[in-house]
Amino acid sequence: MNGGQDLGGVQGFGPVEPEPNEPVFHADWEKRAFALTLAMAMPGEWNIDMSRFARENRPPVEYLSMSYYQIWFAALETMVKERDLVADDEIVVGHALNAPKPVKRVLTPGDVLKVLHRGGPTERDTNTQAAFKMGDKVRAKNINPPTHTRLPRYVRGRAGTIERVIGFHVFPDSNAQGAGENPQWLYTVRFDGPELWGEGTDPNVKVSVDAWESYLEPT
Amino acid sequence: MAHDHDHHDHHHDHSELTETQLRVRALESVLTEKGYVDPAALDLLIETYEKKVGPRNGARVVAKAWADPAYRARLVKDATTAIGELGYAGRQGEHIVALENTPQRHNMVVCTLCSCYPWPVLGLPPVWYKSAPYRSRAVADPRGVLADFGFALPKDTEIRVWDSTAEIRYLVIPMRPAGTDGWSEERLASLVTRDSMIGTGLPKSPKDVAK
Repeated sequence: MNGGQDLGGVQGFGPVEPEPNEPVFHADWEKRAFALTLAMAMPGEWNIDMSRFARENRPPVEYLSMSYYQIWFAALETMVKERDLVADDEIVVGHALNAPKPVKRVLTPGDVLKVLHRGGPTERDTNTQAAFKMGDKVRAKNINPPTHTRLPRYVRGRAGTIERVIGFHVFPDSNAQGAGENPQWLYTVRFDGPELWGEGTDPNVKVSVDAWESYLEPT
Repeated sequence: MAHDHDHHDHHHDHSELTETQLRVRALESVLTEKGYVDPAALDLLIETYEKKVGPRNGARVVAKAWADPAYRARLVKDATTAIGELGYAGRQGEHIVALENTPQRHNMVVCTLCSCYPWPVLGLPPVWYKSAPYRSRAVADPRGVLADFGFALPKDTEIRVWDSTAEIRYLVIPMRPAGTDGWSEERLASLVTRDSMIGTGLPKSPKDVAK
């Protein structure tokens, strides 16, 4: 979706302000929101692409005025409610009022390190051949789906070069909608600065995105 | 919120924070009472990312690559496996690619769409990495961003920006500082900063650590 999350090239935010000796978390609630988000992936009621969509799927003004863990937490609230794991009135009183919905699994302390170490690899086996090879000239399609996509606006319609054939990976646009993993070939596509930002742009700047095959067309 | 360097008024921030705190507490209670989460698992997740997983992991990888050419070759060829040799793997680092800085080319990593970052080697991302100023400008004006971090590169150095739009996570291997011949990996690791592995900083010099 063309939402507040798609920030590449947006202007007016001012300078980057690094924080010296930044702590990992800035408040206790951030720790809990972070851990709840990770732990609630375990029941298997949603996947990472659905989580990302739940975070970005809000008015841009709201997205941009929330801190990052506020966005994570708001998405978690949305997803537990959508899946009927938690009801609104339960959040209001802060207690369970209804019987729990059966879920596949719950993260136990004994499994934490194992689960983190395993992660969630997105590469899949395939017998298909990649349509593009290193050095091929391609163009990012001009697509504007209202649903989740990982093709940022600033490269749409722009011409670039295949720098790397990464592998065959789960397609988030499909996975986020619960329409299956639908894996595709994934590429690193490199764009020249002036192609993205116009004449007068520093020609020594090159920018790449990782793009699934269906985002690309040959030029 | 108060740490996001935004320009809202502080009273507004304060009330937002309080409401968020209450909502997080309420949801944790409900999820716990319904048996969906185990609070001891939450504590362990927090402890892991606060105390165990952080940029010291990545510094060990970089130092080893500086000291051991065979390891560097493996790292550049297949970073996920080479990093796994040191025991670092998993969530948000399932597919890692290492990027070598050279005198001709400086690499810099961003996630314009969210906050993708190589957790097993760098830990959780700092606020600035997730912030709108960095995500918006890293791809359009990377030299300006580097100036915000207080350094400049020669005009003819290529700046190569990697937008992490898929599940590939990028780790920059900065150039080894001069004057470190014969240093042990452990000593070399003390020069490797988090920002130098994102591409928004340079490693420390031997002088910096001698102070």
